[in-house]
Amino acid sequence: MESDPNKIIGEVTQSDYKYGFVTEIETEYAPKGLSEDTVRYISAKKNEPAFMLEFRLKAFRHWLTMKLPNWAHLEIPPIDFQDIYFYAAPKKKKQYESLDQVDPELLATFDKLGISLEEQKKLSGVAVDAVIDSVSVKTTFSETLSKYGIIFCSMSEAIQNHPDLLKQYLGSVVPYTDNYYASLNSAVFSDGSFCYIPKGVRSPVELSTYFRINAANTGQFERTLIVADEGAYVSYMEGCTAPQRDENQLHAAVVEIVAMKDAQVKYSTVQNWYPGDKNGKGGIYNFVTKRGICKGNNSKISWTQVETGSAVTWKYPSCILLGDNSVGEFYSVAVTNNFQQADTGTKMMHLGKNTKSTIISKGISAGKSNNSYRGLVRISKNATNSRNYSQCDSLLLGSSCGAHTWPYIQVENKSSIVEHEATTSKISEDQLFYCQQRGMNAESAIGLIVNGYAKEVLKQLPMEFAVEAQKLLSISLEGSVG
Amino acid sequence: MLLSIKNLHASINGKEILKGINLDVNQGEVHAIMGPNGTGKSTLASVIAGREVFDVTAGEIIYKGKNLLKLAVEERAREGIFLGFQYPVEIPGVSITNFMRTAVNELRKYKGLDALSGGVFLKLMEEKKKLVELTSNLANRSVNEGFSGGEKKKNEIFQMAMLEPTLAILDETDSGLDIDALRVVANGVNKLRTKENSFLVITHYQRLLDYIVPDFVHVLFEGRIVKSGSRELALELEEKGYDWIRKEQEG
Ligand SMILES: Nc1ncnc2c1ncn2[C@@H]1O[C@H](COP(=O)(O)OP(=O)(O)OP(=O)(O)O)[C@@H](O)[C@H]1O
Ligand SMILES: [Mg+2]
Repeated sequence: MESDPNKIIGEVTQSDYKYGFVTEIETEYAPKGLSEDTVRYISAKKNEPAFMLEFRLKAFRHWLTMKLPNWAHLEIPPIDFQDIYFYAAPKKKKQYESLDQVDPELLATFDKLGISLEEQKKLSGVAVDAVIDSVSVKTTFSETLSKYGIIFCSMSEAIQNHPDLLKQYLGSVVPYTDNYYASLNSAVFSDGSFCYIPKGVRSPVELSTYFRINAANTGQFERTLIVADEGAYVSYMEGCTAPQRDENQLHAAVVEIVAMKDAQVKYSTVQNWYPGDKNGKGGIYNFVTKRGICKGNNSKISWTQVETGSAVTWKYPSCILLGDNSVGEFYSVAVTNNFQQADTGTKMMHLGKNTKSTIISKGISAGKSNNSYRGLVRISKNATNSRNYSQCDSLLLGSSCGAHTWPYIQVENKSSIVEHEATTSKISEDQLFYCQQRGMNAESAIGLIVNGYAKEVLKQLPMEFAVEAQKLLSISLEGSVG
Repeated sequence: MLLSIKNLHASINGKEILKGINLDVNQGEVHAIMGPNGTGKSTLASVIAGREVFDVTAGEIIYKGKNLLKLAVEERAREGIFLGFQYPVEIPGVSITNFMRTAVNELRKYKGLDALSGGVFLKLMEEKKKLVELTSNLANRSVNEGFSGGEKKKNEIFQMAMLEPTLAILDETDSGLDIDALRVVANGVNKLRTKENSFLVITHYQRLLDYIVPDFVHVLFEGRIVKSGSRELALELEEKGYDWIRKEQEG
């Protein structure tokens, strides 16, 4: 017998993706491939006003001039953009007043995920805006929310009903020229969520969107915009799982957050898309641009993410700390297993005085995966008396995986303080033996230890998310090291 | 018979530590194991618990009539073997509550019982915490993280109380305890002592045996049990040290 916790971990983690299934729902596609016609098709399908078509076309024309970024620590096979459907919508698109009217197949899907809307509505008082294959199927609680003047709807509805807000804020944090994937998203985004919290309003419920990629070979381009006006507060949750597929699926979402004076936005994500199989076949390519701006003084934006899915993750939720005394936070757990690759982190751009940022990143790698933290903390000349604290920890399960940390720090004034700590550790044989001696199998022992490791981040999540996230961490390591 | 060890040999990295252990433990008995540092007491405990770093090269262990060596660590635990560690390990971020809940429910699952609900579990915890005078403050912290030496040992006894093992091996649970804590730990053990369960108590100090009165005392020396006797053997060792044993062995 050998004293190799890696071996134990390896044995534990050879199971299949638990959310692998495909819902049979009739789907309507845009023609395959990407051209100005595709962009016009999408805009027309959605019956958009002229300003949106213009926005899309500008983005598309700009995208044509851009090159794929290659600075991330990722190996990505070439993506054939002409072989992708850029738009898919359930054909039986209707406005639903009650759940009975929703396609039973769809409801069954949610049941399998354990996130039935019914349950969500009853138990947690969470408003769920369910997005399946690009078109919002059901918006709940919007009536209650509207009493507070809160707007929470699909992006398509927002474009129709709140064009002025959209004109003002869409692309204001992530311009259509920002990066390759953001430009692509700007050109072809299909739907997403829009959320506006008016002055002085604290959202009485957590706003939640479950995204779900469903049609085969369909690129997903979600667009989310959250605006918290002066003194407003909102906690927003985004979560997702995807069915098992052989073909790689491209996903390029954009999330923009605007926090005005004294406003606070808490954004939580649990991402569990199909990571590919044990041999690295299939899985989602996830290129996300998430950025928030603390526009007014004393505002705060907090990102919490639990990333367990996708074959490739490229994602850097960031904060522009423009207002004085504004606060940016980034709490992240990224788990990679088998052949998954993640290059994730954050950017904290300190522009205002007395601005503060906190970065807590926990990378957990297993199998033959690669897990990178990439972060930038920039404190500009005018951002006097600013502070950053960063802690980037890596946990390795097994010896065939990789963990990398790239913290970039630029401080342009003398009154600011930046602290950075980093550790790399392994699950010890001692810890495993201790748990197993108490009757736990290796699987639950690893789950427990990993959850403990990630606790600082998990405790930032809203309750109903925390439980799901804990399960996910254990589940996603069930197929690790070989 | 609960546990029967015959001619057990075990080594680590090719170095033989246990060199032919023979030991029989009946239900309801308390056996004390003493012996100089580095003679293999903890190794014996680990091998019974199934730690894979040790290679069993010869001999057998029969537990409840089964070949124990064929069972995985967690299976042995679920069959009622508990090891109170000499050096309990820290598990950052995992609360004792969460840790014990996982352990208790896995045990229940094995026995075909339903998992305990949160409320019932917490009640059970309260009850057992009292038994070892474990403060709530401690129970809410991460497993062993930043615990003092004595707190770690108390936590081991608390876990034993929660899991109600058939065979509890306590590896120097008394080391590092102040006099009050020693009494608490010993009381905890005595309360759990029944006609059915047995204890293997590894200790350096006969003082513990004033509180936990053993049926047998064994001396483990260089990988073998070289002497067995009653409670008086411990007193004799305390008085004379291990030199006479060493001499006996050499002679
Ligand atoms: N992991 C290991 N690697 C190498 N040698 C080991 C290992 N574990 C134990 N040993 C060796 O095995 C021998 C017996 O150790 P063990 O811990 O069983 O002694 P012990 O009787 O419990 O001593 P103590 O009274 O000091 O606790 C010692 O020489 C020790 O160094
Ligand atoms: Mg020892």
